[in-house]
Amino acid sequence: MRPIPAVKPKDLSEALQYLAEGGKPLAGGTDVLVAIRKGQERPKLLVYVGELPELRILRDTGEGLEVGAALTHAELLAHPATERLPILRQVLRTIGSPAIRAMGTLGGNLVTASPAGDSLVALYLLEARVRLVGPGGERDLPVGEFIRGPRQTALAPGELVRSVFLPYPPGQPHSFFRKVGRRRALVIAVASLGALVWVRDGRVERARLALGSVAPTVLRPRAVEEALVGRPVAPEAWEDLVPLLSAATQPISDLRASADYRRKVAGQLLLALAQALPSPA
Amino acid sequence: MRLRFRLNGRDVELDVPPGRRLLDLLREDLGLIGTKEGCGEGECGACTVVVDGQPRLSCLTLAIHVEGKEVLTVEGLAQRGGLHPLQEAFVETAGVQCGFCTPGFLMAAYALLLRNPHPTPAEVREWLSGNLCRCTGYKQIEEAVLRAAEKLRHVQEA
Ligand SMILES: Cc1cc2nc3c(=O)[nH]c(=O)nc-3n(C[C@H](O)[C@H](O)[C@H](O)COP(=O)(O)OP(=O)(O)OC[C@H]3O[C@@H](n4cnc5c(N)ncnc54)[C@H](O)[C@@H]3O)c2cc1C
Ligand code: FES
Ligand code: FES
Repeated sequence: MRPIPAVKPKDLSEALQYLAEGGKPLAGGTDVLVAIRKGQERPKLLVYVGELPELRILRDTGEGLEVGAALTHAELLAHPATERLPILRQVLRTIGSPAIRAMGTLGGNLVTASPAGDSLVALYLLEARVRLVGPGGERDLPVGEFIRGPRQTALAPGELVRSVFLPYPPGQPHSFFRKVGRRRALVIAVASLGALVWVRDGRVERARLALGSVAPTVLRPRAVEEALVGRPVAPEAWEDLVPLLSAATQPISDLRASADYRRKVAGQLLLALAQALPSPA
Repeated sequence: MRLRFRLNGRDVELDVPPGRRLLDLLREDLGLIGTKEGCGEGECGACTVVVDGQPRLSCLTLAIHVEGKEVLTVEGLAQRGGLHPLQEAFVETAGVQCGFCTPGFLMAAYALLLRNPHPTPAEVREWLSGNLCRCTGYKQIEEAVLRAAEKLRHVQEA
């Protein structure tokens, strides 16, 4: 492979200058270098942002965790501060292999904006805010507005993702993540479901659900979330929600699975969630 | 760029394009052909090396990624003349057949034992899930890693 021109800026402002000249950010490289290799992309300059100190912060604000975009999945999994966000750890553990987790970053996963991006499921559930930095300064966007579609984000030319703010969810929700894929490691999900569920006296008090790989973006099936409120925690009591959940999906057929299969899997994942919650004694 | 890093315990300095793949840099510029290229896209693990104690795929790593870092390849495993206990164990369990995948498995396993000297069989399997082998059926590799872990514990206790 002919080497792509690449630079390693010494700080954020130098990085922004290179981006203004048309450079493309490079972090772990696990997405962008694969795309280049497959001939899907040929950036004129790669700007390595993976070690910029400004992108490597990890800060507990009391309300939540501010996570630098260039932190790797492995770093986040190992950091004691993420213990308060079990859902984040649950999704990150399923990404790729140990090497992919040691290389890939949260910012890279976010900007790739794949409907199968596992970290996105946690970001949607936690109602994360994305902090962008560009020539005009900083701005914040909710993750659902940052992601515009498959592989499309609100990132303007010349902008970087600086960090992601992950608010601590109130109370003590149960967290759940399950992904169905074809090969155990590496292969990207066919469908996944993540959830935060607040349970009181054997009934659902509140629920947040996020589905991966069954629509152009990660999706919060709000109708199902609302219909769950007050339900007993038992798969039998959720059966009628399966069609509602399937209806919320807009899956595609591709090499990995047909749309119909994805819809069915999503429904089954809902029942798996009901099973995983502590049932009323 | 003038690239400086540590490779198998030695300081290395060379002129390379910053976008050169670590894999090519090792194999072509430095003649270290132990590291193998299987898929070139992150899927097979044949190119695994250890960077600052973490497993890394050298096919998806550029020169700039390793500037100032400590890189270990399979050539750096066997020290003081003899094979590393991991290498011995791979030989003993027939975890090596054609051998193409072996350097990648060795380096991934090395990174595992660095952080977890007492892995369970399930942990070994999970950790090596990014490495493919077309010959052995994996069982022998799993055994090799468990056996090596035991050997290394003895070495440390002695
Ligand atoms: C074998 C294999 C298995 C994988 N398995 C999974 C999996 O199970 N689940 C999953 O979700 N993903 C998986 N991936 C995809 C990938 O590893 C992740 O998306 C990873 O988090 C990408 O991060 P990166 O740092 O490597 O991104 P890079 O490849 O460096 O960058 C990705 C994109 O983000 C942009 N970018 C990076 N950082 C910034 C920033 N700070 N600001 C603005 N733009 C930025 C780049 O320009 C590029 O467009 C896998 C990839 C491979 C090769
Ligand atoms: S050659 Fe690097 S993962 Fe296959
Ligand atoms: S020994 Fe031949 S590929 Fe593993």
